[in-house]
Amino acid sequence: MPTTVSRDELQRMLDDEDTQLVDVLPAREYAEGRLPGAINLPLKKLNRDTAAVLDRARPVVLY
Amino acid sequence: MSLRAAARLESLGFTNVYDYEAGKADWFAAGLPREGDAMPVLRAADVARTDDVTCALEDTVGDAAERARAANQDQCIVVNEQRIILGRLRAPALAGDPAAVVEDIMELGPTTSRPDAEAAPILERMQARNVDRILVATSGGRLIGTMWRVDAEERVGDPDDEIACDC
Repeated sequence: MPTTVSRDELQRMLDDEDTQLVDVLPAREYAEGRLPGAINLPLKKLNRDTAAVLDRARPVVLY
Repeated sequence: MSLRAAARLESLGFTNVYDYEAGKADWFAAGLPREGDAMPVLRAADVARTDDVTCALEDTVGDAAERARAANQDQCIVVNEQRIILGRLRAPALAGDPAAVVEDIMELGPTTSRPDAEAAPILERMQARNVDRILVATSGGRLIGTMWRVDAEERVGDPDDEIACDC
């Protein structure tokens, strides 16, 4: 079960460069506005191949 | 949606997965940095001055007035230790009995605007109601600053002030 994080917790995690931030919204919404440094992996396209851009050894935060 | 994506990642073998369920609306409403094409719009947080004088419930009006005077300001925002807005003292209140306690005379529940709200429609409402300022606060009520009408009138619609956009 994924752990839910608050805004404050996310800010602390992002201070650590290890954290990977992923916007799972459609590409258009990602283009309009996103958190700094987030990459886009839309839910509808999330599979083994697209997820390969992420490092399994590092934390992943999705929104 | 992010919880489903997080569950999907876990099904793909990821074990260090977190969900920021409140999402970008929560992030932007807190006035935190954003990237993207929607940036050219001038927002309340872009216009707001962030040098507000603050005071605590238990302060005396004399202390609050002195602090405001030293900062050349005519209001004092009453906040708690987390900078959550509790009230406000404006010039007439600051000129009152210096021995009075802030909590007893403060204006309750001053109107606020979200930091990610567009500045132009806020300015229109301020002009229509002849309001010279509005506090800017996060969705949780934490003070960001004060948006002054005079600043907004200068900056809204000024093409030189729009943030560069390659969209």
